[in-house]
Amino acid sequence: MPDFNHLIQEDRVHRDLYTDENIFKEEMRKIFGAVWVYLAHESQIPENDDYIMSKLGLRPIIVTRDSGGTLRVLYNRCTHRGATVCRKEQGSTKAFACPYHGWTFLNSGKLSGVPWPEGYADDFSDAKFNLAQVPRVQSYRGFIFGTLNLDAPSLEDYLGPARTPVDQWLDRHPGGKVAISNANRLKFSGNWKLAYDNSADGYHVIFSHRSLLAMENRLLTEDEKGMAFYKDKPDEAPMYVQYFGNGHHFKDKRPNIENRPGALWEIEGPHPGMEGYEEDLRARLGDKADRVLDIASSEPVNINIFPNLLILGNHIQVLQPVSMTETDTTWYGTAVIDEDNELEGAVDDVNAIRMRTQEGFPNFGEVDDLMNFEQIQEGLAAEEDEWVYMHRGLGVEGRITTDENGVITGPATDEVFMREYMKEYKRLMLSEPELKIEREVT
Amino acid sequence: MNHDPSKTSHYIGNQYYADLVQNYSDWQGDDNEISDPILRESCRRFLEKEARLLESDRHDDWLGLYAPECLYWVPASVGGGDPRKEVAVAFDDRRRLEDRVFRLQNEYAWSQQPISRTVRLVSNVTVFACDEPSIVMVRSNFLITEFQAGDKRSYTGWSGHRLQDRDESWQILVKQVNLIDCDQNLRNPSIIL
Repeated sequence: MPDFNHLIQEDRVHRDLYTDENIFKEEMRKIFGAVWVYLAHESQIPENDDYIMSKLGLRPIIVTRDSGGTLRVLYNRCTHRGATVCRKEQGSTKAFACPYHGWTFLNSGKLSGVPWPEGYADDFSDAKFNLAQVPRVQSYRGFIFGTLNLDAPSLEDYLGPARTPVDQWLDRHPGGKVAISNANRLKFSGNWKLAYDNSADGYHVIFSHRSLLAMENRLLTEDEKGMAFYKDKPDEAPMYVQYFGNGHHFKDKRPNIENRPGALWEIEGPHPGMEGYEEDLRARLGDKADRVLDIASSEPVNINIFPNLLILGNHIQVLQPVSMTETDTTWYGTAVIDEDNELEGAVDDVNAIRMRTQEGFPNFGEVDDLMNFEQIQEGLAAEEDEWVYMHRGLGVEGRITTDENGVITGPATDEVFMREYMKEYKRLMLSEPELKIEREVT
Repeated sequence: MNHDPSKTSHYIGNQYYADLVQNYSDWQGDDNEISDPILRESCRRFLEKEARLLESDRHDDWLGLYAPECLYWVPASVGGGDPRKEVAVAFDDRRRLEDRVFRLQNEYAWSQQPISRTVRLVSNVTVFACDEPSIVMVRSNFLITEFQAGDKRSYTGWSGHRLQDRDESWQILVKQVNLIDCDQNLRNPSIIL
C-alpha cells in the first residue's frame, strides 16, 4: 500500500496521487464507496417509477423512485450473469428485464421472475437473487446521495456547514428549488482530482480564463463584467475561500457584489437575448424586474461537495472518474420552477435568459481549464520531479482564520482549501471502510 | 428602433425562439425536397466554401457568410430540443458568434493552443423548400477530423442550414449542427463545427 503520510505533506502532494493506477483503484473503494457520493437530482426522477442511470465510482447504477415512492439506488447488474439490466439513460418503468436471459426485477430491486423456473432447484424468493442495492440513500433538498458505508455519518452531518451555502443557493429561487434541464457535457484526459483541486481556486482565474475575461469585456472601455473582480489584488477583495470539513470547500464571490436587486444582472457578461428580454421585463414588471433578472443571472459561488458535486453559478457540475486519466465533467443546467407565480408570469423568460447565461462558462471558460488539467497530467509524466505544491498562504501570518465551528477562511487566491481537503483525503485513504451492498427489499 | 446585433442582442426573444423551433420541426419531408440540380449545386458549393473557410481559420470571412441576425446552434439533445428550456452545446447569436471568433483569435485561449487543424467533408446535400420562397433549408452530412497536439479526433453528424437568397449566392440565417454524440461528454469542443 502506498505511504500516504509521505505522499501528502503539509505543503505539497506527490504526483503519484494523479498517476498511480493502484491509488485510483483504492479511491473507487475508499472514497467513491465510503463517503456520500452525489448520484442524481430528484427533478430527474420526479414521478414514481422514474429512473436514471448513473455511476457510484465505476459501479453502474440505476437511481429509481420505485412504485411505492422510495428512492433506491440499484446496481445495474443482473444477479444471474452480470449483464446490465437497464440500457436506456432515463425513463419510467415498473420493472427491468435483463436482455440476456430474461430475468426480471421490480424497480425495488426484487426479482420478479426468471424464464422456465422449473429448470432451477432454487427458491427464487431468496433475497440473494434480488439486484444489489446501495444500502444508504438520502436526498438533501433534491440532491440524491448514496454510500456503501454503514458507518458513514448521516448525510446532513456529512454536509455539515456546507449546507448553509447550499440552502442559500436554493433559497434564492422561487419555492427554494430548481430543476435540471439538460447539460453541457465535457471530458478531459486527466485525473478527477485535478478538477476538484481547481474548484475553489481563485488563483488561476485571470490566467487560465484570460481569453474569457477579454471576451466578456471586449465591447467595453473598462473591465467590469464577469469575473473582472479578480483583477489587480483579488486577495484584498471581500470574496474569500472556506473549508468546511469532510473535504467540502467553498469560494464565495457574493461579497464583491453590492447587496441590492439588479447588482448581479449588471455584472453578467453579454448573452444572447439579454437586452431584448431586459427591456421587455422592465416594461412589464417595473421595480420588480431587477429581482427577476438576478434570478436569470449567475450566482457567484462555488460550493464543492466532496468528492464529485460542484455547485457553481447556476450549474450543478458533476465529476465522474472514468479511469485514472479520464474524467467526465457534466455541467447540468438548472431551470427555475415557479409554482406560486412569484415571478409574475416571467418564469419562461427567466429560463430563456438563464439557459444562455449558463452556456457561457462551459463554452468559453471551462475548455481552457480542461486544457490546463490535461497539461498538468502531461507534465506529471516527469517521474523524478515528484511534488505538486499547494502551499499558497501557508505560514503567512494573519491570512487564515478558523472559527468556533472549525470553518477555515482565507483570501480568494489561497490554497488552504486544497491542503485541508487533502488532509481529509489522506484520512480516508488510510482508513479501512467496510462496504456493504443490500439485497433485502424493505 | 434599430439595434446593431453585433453590440446588443434584441432579436433573440420569445418570437424568435418560437419561429426557430417551428422552422426546425418536420422540415425534411420528401415532398419538400427540391430536385433542381442547379440549386443543389449552388447550395453544395456554398457549404463547401463554408467548410474551406473554417479549415483555413478564415473566421472573419466565415462570419461574413452569416446574416446580421443569425444563429449558430449546436443542440445538446437529439432532435434539437427546446432552447428556451435547455442548454445547448452552443447557441450563438451574432454577438456571441463574434465573441467566439474573438476568443479563437486570442492567443490566451488555451483550449486552442496549439490551434487545431481540421479537414471537413460535406456530403449528402439535400435542399428543401420552406414557406418563404427566398429561403431554403439544406441538410448535409459532415465529418470533421481535428488534429491538435498529437491527437486526432473527429466530429460527425449532420447540419441543417437555413439559407436566404442573396445576390446569386446565400446568406446563413441559422446553422443547426447535429452531432451524433451531442448528448455525450465531449473533449475540448472549442473549434467551430
